[in-house]
Amino acid sequence: MYVAVKGGEAAILATHDLIAETRRGDLAVPELGTDQIKEQMKLGVARVMNEGSLYDEDLAALALKQTQGDAVEAAFLMRAYRTTLPRFGSSTPLDTSEMAIRRRISAAFKDLPGGQILGPTYDYTHRLFDFTLAANGHIATAREASQPLVRTMPRVPDILGQQGLMEVEAAADNDPIPVDITRDPAEFPAGRDARLQMLARGDEGFLLGLAYSVQRGFGANHPFAGEIRMGEVGIHYTPEELGFEIDIGEITVTECQMINQFTGSKDVPPQFTRGYGLSFGHSERKTMSMAIIDRSLKSRDLDEGTDFPAQQEEFVLYHCDTIEASGFVEHLKLPHYVDFQGELELIRRIRREQEERTASAAAADAREASHVE
Amino acid sequence: MHEQNSTSDHRPRAHWMSVLARATHAQLAAATAGLDLPAVEIIKPAECGTLMIEARAGGTGQRFNSGEATITRCVVRLEDRLGFAYALGRDKQKALLCATLDAVLQDPQRQAALLNQVVTPLHLASIERKAAASRKAAATKVEFFTLVRGDG
Repeated sequence: MYVAVKGGEAAILATHDLIAETRRGDLAVPELGTDQIKEQMKLGVARVMNEGSLYDEDLAALALKQTQGDAVEAAFLMRAYRTTLPRFGSSTPLDTSEMAIRRRISAAFKDLPGGQILGPTYDYTHRLFDFTLAANGHIATAREASQPLVRTMPRVPDILGQQGLMEVEAAADNDPIPVDITRDPAEFPAGRDARLQMLARGDEGFLLGLAYSVQRGFGANHPFAGEIRMGEVGIHYTPEELGFEIDIGEITVTECQMINQFTGSKDVPPQFTRGYGLSFGHSERKTMSMAIIDRSLKSRDLDEGTDFPAQQEEFVLYHCDTIEASGFVEHLKLPHYVDFQGELELIRRIRREQEERTASAAAADAREASHVE
Repeated sequence: MHEQNSTSDHRPRAHWMSVLARATHAQLAAATAGLDLPAVEIIKPAECGTLMIEARAGGTGQRFNSGEATITRCVVRLEDRLGFAYALGRDKQKALLCATLDAVLQDPQRQAALLNQVVTPLHLASIERKAAASRKAAATKVEFFTLVRGDG
């Protein structure tokens, strides 16, 4: 229960000034520019865009500056801002096979057409501090091969799919318009479209923990990273007033195709099943976690049971949203004075009644005792 | 008003609209510096909104909404031609410039010169940037080799 309470305005205004000063830190240190955040904190920017569910690197950089690097609070700013903008329409579905690839690896197939492209990654670093960065040291120049990569590379599951060993990912004949959970609240059981949309904006930490639980045995499926690719994809859109499709720019995305064991059922022969992850920016941990959870949420359709948390879609989808989760946990900071007053009175009454009962029972016992004598 | 219909070939226009949309405002301003661009009538002032980005499960399957992106649109009129701009991001000045260029590019008298002076150089520069990024990625391509053991 919330009750409007007067008072505190001056304190609140003072806290606005104080947080602004606190955010700025030591004035002797140069102020951070949003362009610096956008260029040099790209992975943080990607996380804010994903959980804010809005691709705009400039806004995500501003959000990180305004929130002192708090990714969850920054995502909240993105979500709030989004609601102030009109929606012009929907893009043509992304074609990730047309991606301008900067990284593409498969942990399942060594020799795949197009090759293993390590790209920019920390995977093969030693996780030792580079103190030259603290000293504004030397920046390595990237090497260039004599030739660019082949223009497009087949997605790994599509290669194995040609051999019939892979679950088919095909659109239904009428290729339905997807559910939009920002307009219609999710209903359960949720379709794959709603599940993927919710996972795409879900909290990286929550999905990572759940994906880890799957790997540790809390949901029986063993994932292989069939393919992870990162690069730029063109956005195609057909404005109604124009009447034909145009390319309006490109965004960076990360895609993960997980391949999982499946023993088959009475209707389906043994084959590999698939989990799919797609995120804005370079965000592999999030995309891999999403793909593992996408697969584990197929457990109902594959008759694998729903015994484990990562297989229970209401549990996963209702709790993975950063904004809703932090909003509900953090709203506990807001005044609950009347609520608490009520609780206090309740507990006093219960104790009073208990004491009265104890006292009357003791009196009855005493009467009983004297009667026996 | 020139009618848009599905039978006419939109590819040249779609191409220049894409090249303009993908350029930054600074690049467009540099490419059009010194050009005498006509004043246009603003039909729809540059406006920011969002576009829902759709994707497909597994890359090929069921459609789903992956999240939104900011987008800016603008419509201008030059004589009897409408110039449109749609570009990712929130740069309204850029959208106005793109819409103006789209209107001028539809003028047969000015099209060839503008394509040569503005669109083609921007396109070539963007191709070269892409190729350089791709060559850097290609430098990280793994060349596997097999260790031969023993004397065989």
